[in-house]
Amino acid sequence: MVTRLKEVDAVTVGLGWTGAIMARELTKAGLHVVALERGPDRVPGEDFILPSVRDELRYASRLELMWDNSIDTLTFRNFPSEQALPVRRIGAFLPGEGVGGSGIHWGALHWRFLPSDFRIRSALTERYGANAIPADMTIHDWPLSYADVEPFYDRFDAICGVSGKAGNLRGQKIDGGNVFEGPRSNEYPNAPIKSSNAGLMFGAAAKELGYHPFPAPVAIASAPYTNAENVALGACEYCGFCNRIACETNAKASPNSTLLPVLRLEPKFELRTRCFVTRLNYDKAAKKVASVTYTDMGTGEEYEQPAGVVLLTSFVFSNVQHLLLAGIGEPYDHATGSGVVGKNYAYQFEAGAAAFFEDKELTPYWGSAGMGMCIDDFNGENFDHGGLGFFGGGYVTCNTAAAPPIAGRTLPHGTPQWGSEWKRATVKWYHHAARFNTQGSVYANRDNYLDLDPTYKDAFGRPLIRLTYNGTENDHKMSRYLLGKLEGVIRAMNPTHYQMEPRPKNFTIVPYQSTHNTGGTIMGADPKTSVVNRYLQAWDAHNLFVEGASVFPQQHGYNPTGTVGALAYWSAQAITTQYLKNPGPLVQG
Amino acid sequence: MTEETIPRRKFLLGAGIAGTAVATGLSQTEPAAAQTQAPAAAAATPAAQPEPLLALNETEHAFIVAAVDTLIPADELSPSGSDCGIATFIDRQLASAWGGGAKMYRAGPFRKGKPEQGYQLALTPAESVKAGIAAANEWSRKTYGRDFDRLVPEQRVEALRAMEAGKAEFANFSSRAFFARLHTMTMEGFFADPIYGGNRNKASWKMLGYPGLPATYAHLIEEYRDKRYVVEPRSIEDFS
Repeated sequence: MVTRLKEVDAVTVGLGWTGAIMARELTKAGLHVVALERGPDRVPGEDFILPSVRDELRYASRLELMWDNSIDTLTFRNFPSEQALPVRRIGAFLPGEGVGGSGIHWGALHWRFLPSDFRIRSALTERYGANAIPADMTIHDWPLSYADVEPFYDRFDAICGVSGKAGNLRGQKIDGGNVFEGPRSNEYPNAPIKSSNAGLMFGAAAKELGYHPFPAPVAIASAPYTNAENVALGACEYCGFCNRIACETNAKASPNSTLLPVLRLEPKFELRTRCFVTRLNYDKAAKKVASVTYTDMGTGEEYEQPAGVVLLTSFVFSNVQHLLLAGIGEPYDHATGSGVVGKNYAYQFEAGAAAFFEDKELTPYWGSAGMGMCIDDFNGENFDHGGLGFFGGGYVTCNTAAAPPIAGRTLPHGTPQWGSEWKRATVKWYHHAARFNTQGSVYANRDNYLDLDPTYKDAFGRPLIRLTYNGTENDHKMSRYLLGKLEGVIRAMNPTHYQMEPRPKNFTIVPYQSTHNTGGTIMGADPKTSVVNRYLQAWDAHNLFVEGASVFPQQHGYNPTGTVGALAYWSAQAITTQYLKNPGPLVQG
Repeated sequence: MTEETIPRRKFLLGAGIAGTAVATGLSQTEPAAAQTQAPAAAAATPAAQPEPLLALNETEHAFIVAAVDTLIPADELSPSGSDCGIATFIDRQLASAWGGGAKMYRAGPFRKGKPEQGYQLALTPAESVKAGIAAANEWSRKTYGRDFDRLVPEQRVEALRAMEAGKAEFANFSSRAFFARLHTMTMEGFFADPIYGGNRNKASWKMLGYPGLPATYAHLIEEYRDKRYVVEPRSIEDFS
């Protein structure tokens, strides 16, 4: 028996960054918004407290805040010809679960994409010729420009209290910031966080080589900050418990620390936790999602919640799965290349290195994930790809911080993994190992996509999403190029010893790599090649707005959350200023 | 009573009527007696009390004690793995929700995948470790004539190396995968906060020069740039 509830103005499917942003913006516009969150509530003053949050085993090893795969998961294979098998416990990427989603445990690297990233196909065609882009590289221009999104990047910065140093303020280049970035309308809300010792060494070496080092931009307040919602954030304590863990000082921005304090007081906002949305009820004739069906996991009761606006604000995999199950948009057909839902799945192609400095104290355990220096000289179209045989790039960084004892001990390759000799090497190098990373882009490829698994089902009997993904030749070449540049900087740092850590040939689902999964409900200017329009509105259901990184046409060489938040604000503005007055398609397909 | 039928815990502790007699007789060659610690390490650690077992039986516990003492031997840097509480840690972890397969997708069909696809068995971590111990002991009996915990230290090292390399041919079980899990859990037990039963006396944190969880470093970053910050480590319990 499904209980049909009274219609509400808007419903969010999930309550992470995008759900919280949409709920805040829509309640401000006077709408009654219900947030349906599959996981538990998470409250800073109760759940993110000392000393229990500083527990590496509980949070970083046992993944307390992450996706419960006993309810659902995805299946994975490298190639379309293989049998996909279920990811029985997540590893390579770690979507969060519960109120705040992945916005609680993220590393809080807070970037903007380049102006050229938003028009990448046009930019490559202009620079390298009409035939330069390989046929299987299915990238396309974003249906909006950097200038369109900039005011919303700026708004999101002021919510998160982002710390950094501008390198381009309204067109004026500023030394010490990222001179490659698009023009910013405002300086960062906070000064950069302190750099690690290894980060400073990296910055000095990079500068010597003629590159343009700058401190990593992070959504971590370097000083006490009152955000644009008048919520107080604390200053970073450099405690070292950051990635995979909640921040007890509210210095690291999360939906819970920046927006929910306001939303929880808002009478038009209603949060229903442990409510698992199983279905979008699509009215194809009306081109609307009439309601969503969910199960209250606390009672086992099933409900149908009708809503005027439906906000699909879950993680990439669930967003795609919901559309495929509801039959909204044409599923991508790998054999023919037609269809759109599930198309252009992309990822972050990260690779790194370690270097050992026997005479330098690098204090590996303190700080946060972004405590370091970066160069952006080899990202996107910041450099000439002529003759290189690949497109794309990424920023290169040395942070060396927040390296906890279970997972943060880097040893020279070839060291035994146990016994007294291992112990001696561990003691010898723990304080002297620097870590480096390249945040490589993934330019979409026709062979990487999402669809429904024909065999495996979730706890509600729904087919799991199936991921078919492998690193492409383009991305491997890009990554090797970045590692080459990184190696040059490392050598200039004059280490005792160093080791490059290239990506294995095949993507593997096991060790952690990145939670920067993107695509599958991509945005575009043409309904034949995209799922949502420039306002993140589904072409085939005008009251459905799909939020998050699933709308990225491809993934660029930066962490995605800055752009995810900016797009949510951009989309919310379109809903409140255009859609509500005249519900219907905001762009004619 | 033969050696193989002596209850493991009595055997290890040298206690009990039957155990005492036989263990004394074996003390020249057997690892139970041979596992004396380096004096410095022993002095730093109170005598281990027998911990009640939650998940492992005595045979399994004896295996784990022998394994963690081989992976983390007592030396000038730390007491042995079991004196650091790692066997207790592993037992408790296997008895925890995690050990019981919480948050794991366990629906079939179960098919053999390629390594890139990750773990594909129906077994929970606790079931997998127990099955692995049985397979390892069976292999040890075939190879050395006795269970793993009754090998001399050099043989234990050799046996674990064979498992690490996947060269130990377990019946129906991957020795490499078993070793990887054993190794991971041992390191977790050595380095995790002591509230979980391992890292007793914060032995590994002292060894590393890791301060645990003081409240803040913001005021120390500049002062200690390129200098070692030395402080007595503090754990969750110290702040509770």
